Parts: sequence; structure tokens; C-alpha cells
Amino acid sequence: MSTIKSAPPAALPLRFATPIGGVAGTSFKPEHLPAILEAKNRRGFFEVHAENYMGAGGPPHRALEAIRRDHPLSLHGVCMSIGGPRPLDKAHLARFRSLVARYQPALVSEHLAWSTHETSFFNDLLPLPYTAATLACVCDHIDQVQEATRRPLLLENPSTYLAFRESSMRETEFIRAVAERTGCGLLLDVNNVFISATNHGYSALDYLADFPLSRVEEIHLAGHAEQADDEGDLLLIDSHDGPVTDAVWKLYEIVIRRRGPVPTLIEWDSKIPDWPVLQAEAAAAQAILDRHHSAVPAGERHAA
Amino acid sequence: MPPEPGLCFAASFAPALLDPARSTPELVTGPNGKAADRRYDVYRNNVTVSLIDALAAIYPAVQRITGTDFFRAMARFHVRSNPPTSPLLFEYGRDFPEFIEAYEHAQDMPWLADVARLERAWLDAYHAADAAPLSPARLSAVTPEHLADLVFIPHPAARCLRSDYAAVTIFAANRDNAPVMRIDASTPEDALITRGEFDVAVRRLPPGGAVFARHLLSGRPLGEAAAAALEAASEFDIAANIAGLIEAGAFTSLCCGDPS
Amino acid sequence: MSAKHAVTSLVLAGAVSTALATLASAGPLTKAEADAAIAAKKEKCFGVALKGQNDCAAGPGTTCQGTSTVDFQGNAWKFVQGGTCTSIELPNGKKGSLKPV
Repeated sequence: MSTIKSAPPAALPLRFATPIGGVAGTSFKPEHLPAILEAKNRRGFFEVHAENYMGAGGPPHRALEAIRRDHPLSLHGVCMSIGGPRPLDKAHLARFRSLVARYQPALVSEHLAWSTHETSFFNDLLPLPYTAATLACVCDHIDQVQEATRRPLLLENPSTYLAFRESSMRETEFIRAVAERTGCGLLLDVNNVFISATNHGYSALDYLADFPLSRVEEIHLAGHAEQADDEGDLLLIDSHDGPVTDAVWKLYEIVIRRRGPVPTLIEWDSKIPDWPVLQAEAAAAQAILDRHHSAVPAGERHAA
Repeated sequence: MPPEPGLCFAASFAPALLDPARSTPELVTGPNGKAADRRYDVYRNNVTVSLIDALAAIYPAVQRITGTDFFRAMARFHVRSNPPTSPLLFEYGRDFPEFIEAYEHAQDMPWLADVARLERAWLDAYHAADAAPLSPARLSAVTPEHLADLVFIPHPAARCLRSDYAAVTIFAANRDNAPVMRIDASTPEDALITRGEFDVAVRRLPPGGAVFARHLLSGRPLGEAAAAALEAASEFDIAANIAGLIEAGAFTSLCCGDPS
Repeated sequence: MSAKHAVTSLVLAGAVSTALATLASAGPLTKAEADAAIAAKKEKCFGVALKGQNDCAAGPGTTCQGTSTVDFQGNAWKFVQGGTCTSIELPNGKKGSLKPV
């Protein structure tokens, strides 16, 4: 069977039914492909940034096909600009939809953030105020994405470095309202919670207590870096360039104890380590998931 | 289209991202009224660094040739004046070769823009649509009287670039970390860029080869392409170039210019 | 075929049959053969493929992370330092710039 086709290839069969349960996964980095294919351990899932696979063809698709053959896939959109005031980019939405149709990922997610304004794409997840007006706008955008992909989207809580004077809602309140209005699921980034709590001077535990955990279908864990704000106080940067910190592991375990095991991703996007290092981080998450396995409702176990 | 009331935040937040001369937007704040300058600078930094990094990833040979400091300073100017317009980062920097050509401090490296054009073509070939290459059997089935009007359908990844300088040699010497020996930049070189299922390949073309390839890739018939190539270079070898282009995977199929 | 073609059908037919014979017999060059051909600048040959550079140049990816590298304020050009451009020469003796033009 030839994999070289000019027409859009037929979708791969959906081999892993959702939900995939309490499995730990990692960001997929092409440099790890040989090690991944060689490994006998088939447990785990992989997450990719959707935009990096929106080219017409070539090696990126060969790599993703190889990964998708043996593992559940999580498609993580980075550039939809769901939090932006402008209408969604229709061409980008169409590309996102065809990628979902082609690879049938177990998980599909995007960010509560924006990255495009007018004609400029800034390649960063920029923050938004939490108001009635932005809430309506975000809900409208999520409706459009869910309509296009015909499946629920998981929305990720952001890491932020500043706040907007005009905000009239807490972030947790805003996210809860989005989930209730659109029916979307949530991707809880525990590292983002820790970063934002530190940067804004609130309690991460209070944030988690207020977060609609029952809607969480995926968790992200990552490392962060330390800088200082104007007053010389600690300002954490969401750098994804090192191991998950102890504080974030502790918060993660609290979340899993309350929520039960859900797919958990180790994100590592800069200063990418060798595959065994990344795999060891995933194994640490898996150990926590397994420890709380008995807490899972039976229907969510061994879905694959 | 003006944004609705309550949705002006992006218009206020965005302009200073790529302009450090502008002050922190009024609408943002730190917690409990703390200043937000260094906090806003995190976003400025994320935007600028990630876009310079993107250019460095598209143009690794240019960066190696100029050294990191020169490259990043040059790229910073470009990022500020020409930020991406597409969320697909591998599309970014299409106008960077022209920027380099006009960049005041790169004028002593007149070959640098052509090296950049090769790198841009390399990435375009890398992401181009998949297509099965032309099988030689298809060509052997064409009768001699149809050969002159034969048209070759180009592979989506196939590209041909010409340079007044030794752009291919300079490109090849700088795409990895091997030591760079002395290179005479003055020899004009032409390149054919193709991609099979996995590997992008760059070939330096013989005299007349680029004229021939460009004719065929733009849909001109074989007879016309061969005549033009021979006119450009009397030593042009038709057989070697047909074989070379097919072996490189430059085409996907044939179209007989048969009017019937 | 009409006379407008400077290259006759006969010549083309011969060239195509030679090309097909070449394609049928040619194996890929070994690394050593390819290096030798490149070093010898065998201009008469159809270009030797420069491959195996995919690993270092898969292009840029999107980011959903911040960076701890600080580099957004500079507004000045930098000298070429540590680059390979000093090995790249033009006949008039010009090399890559080490100082302002």
C-alpha cells in the first residue's frame, strides 16, 4: 500500500475509543521518533501541535502516521485565537477540521488565549480580560470549532503574567461559564495554575477548589523558569524547558485524588531532553495515576 | 471593522508587542495595583524571541554563515517590520531573502540572499504535497514522434533556483556542522530541489540544466526545453539531464501534447 | 515533427533511450562517490544529490510556551562574529564583512 497520495488520504480507523483513561503521555518530538518506534513499551499517548502538521505533505505526516498507528493521539491547537475579538480564521478552522478527520485523535484541545490580531500572527498565547463581552465571544468561537470538528473541544486554562483592569470575573468563574454554555471539556494545565497563582498572588489550592474538575478530560504538566517582576518579586515563566517541579507534582496528585485518573501529558518544548528523560517524567505521572486507579469510575477504565 | 464595545483589548495590547519604544498598554496591571512593565515585557520577549527562533530554524545556513549575533540582530529588524501573517510558522520568512539582499550590513555577502532562497525552497519542498514520482516506464511508452511535444507534470516539491554565485556549495557547506573549507563564491551555480517520500535533496545542475529544468517544470514541451538548453550551453547533455530529473523525482507524470 | 524544433525527434528519441538505459542501470551513489563527485565539481555530470540534512532543518514549530531567553530590546546591528563567512571569498578579495561597510 502506498502512502504517497496527492488526494487527501482516507482517515485512519479510530483505533482507540475515547476516553483513553488514566494514561500518561508526552509531547511528540520528531527527534524522538526512532527511539519511540524501537521501544517495546506501547503504553502512553502522544500530543502534537496541530499547526505543525498543516503542511500539504512530506515527512511531518509520515512521522505522525507512524505514531498514530500504535498510539492514541492528542491534537493540541495553538493558534486558533479563540480568545481574540476577531472572527475565527475560516481557512485555519478548515485545516484544523481536516486534521481531526484525518488522524482521528483521542483528544482535541485549544487555548483560552489569542495570538492573531488583524493581519499579524504573534506566535504567543496572549491573555484576555474576563468580562461578559469576552465570555460571549469565546463561547461563540468554541461553538464554531465544535461545530466544525463535530466533537467536544477541551479548553486549556492559560498561564498569565498580568491582569486586565477591566476584568469583572475570576478566571475559574469565566472557564466554568464557558464550559457550561458550550458543553466543551477542559484541559487543566496544573503548571499554568501554579504559575498564574504565583504571578498574581493567589492560592493555587483555592483556584483548584473553584475549578470545575468534573469537566477535566486531560491534564498538562510542565516545567517553568523563574524571573522577577518590577518590584523584584518572583515571576514564573511557562517555559516548558525542564522537569516538572515538586510543587506542581503535589498539586497534580491533589487533582487526581479528587478527579480520578485522566490522560496526563508531560509537555517539554524547549531544551528537549533525550527520550528516556521525557519517558521517565511520564512514568512518574503514570505512577500517580495508577496509585489512584481504584478511584476511577469503572466505565473510564481500560477504554482502549 | 471596529471591534464591538468591550472587545478593544487586543487593539490596545498588540501594538507594543513588537515595538519596545512604546510603553506598556494602559489596560493591564500587576496584582493589587503592582506595575506591569516587566510583566508585559514577558509577552514582548516571547513574541520576539519565538519569531527570531522561527527564522533561525528556516535559515540555519544563513545563521551559521553570519554567526548567531549578527543573524539575530538582522532577524529582529525583519520580525518587527514583517511579522508573520499566517499561523503556520513554516510559511514565515518568505520575504526574508529580499530583506537580506537589501540589508545594509550584509552587502559584503552578496551571495547570502541566494543561500537564503535555497533554504526557503528546501522547507517548501519539505512540506509540499505528496505525489508518486514518474516511473521511467511511462516515458518508454511514448513514441518518438510525440517526444518533442511531450510535457512533464512537475512534482509539487520540485523547484529550480539559479544564482550568480556559488550558492549551492555555500548552502551545502553550512547546513551541518562540518568545518567549512575556503569557498570561491564567484562561480554561478544552479540548484534542483526535490523531495521523495522522506528526504529533501538539493542537486547542483550542469550547464544548461537549469534552463532545461525550468522549461519542463513550467510545462514547456521537451523539444523546446532541449533547444533552449542547448542554446544556453552547447555541451548540454539531453540524455543525462532527462535521466537526472527523473531520477531526482522532479516529475509525477507525462502529458502528451497530442492535439487529438 | 515540424522543423521549428532545433532538436529533431531522432535526437530526442536517442536521448530518451539513453536516459532510460541510464535509469535502468544506475544505482545510487555511495557516500564516498558522492563526496568525490562534489569535490571534483563534475560540472558535466547531472548534479549529485546533497541529502541527509533533514535532521538539522525540519523548520520551525509553533510554541505554546514562553521563553526565559531575554532578547527583545536590541535595535542595533551586530558584527559578524564566529560565522563561517570569512571562508567564503570573491575574486576581488572581498570576504564576509567584519566591520561596517
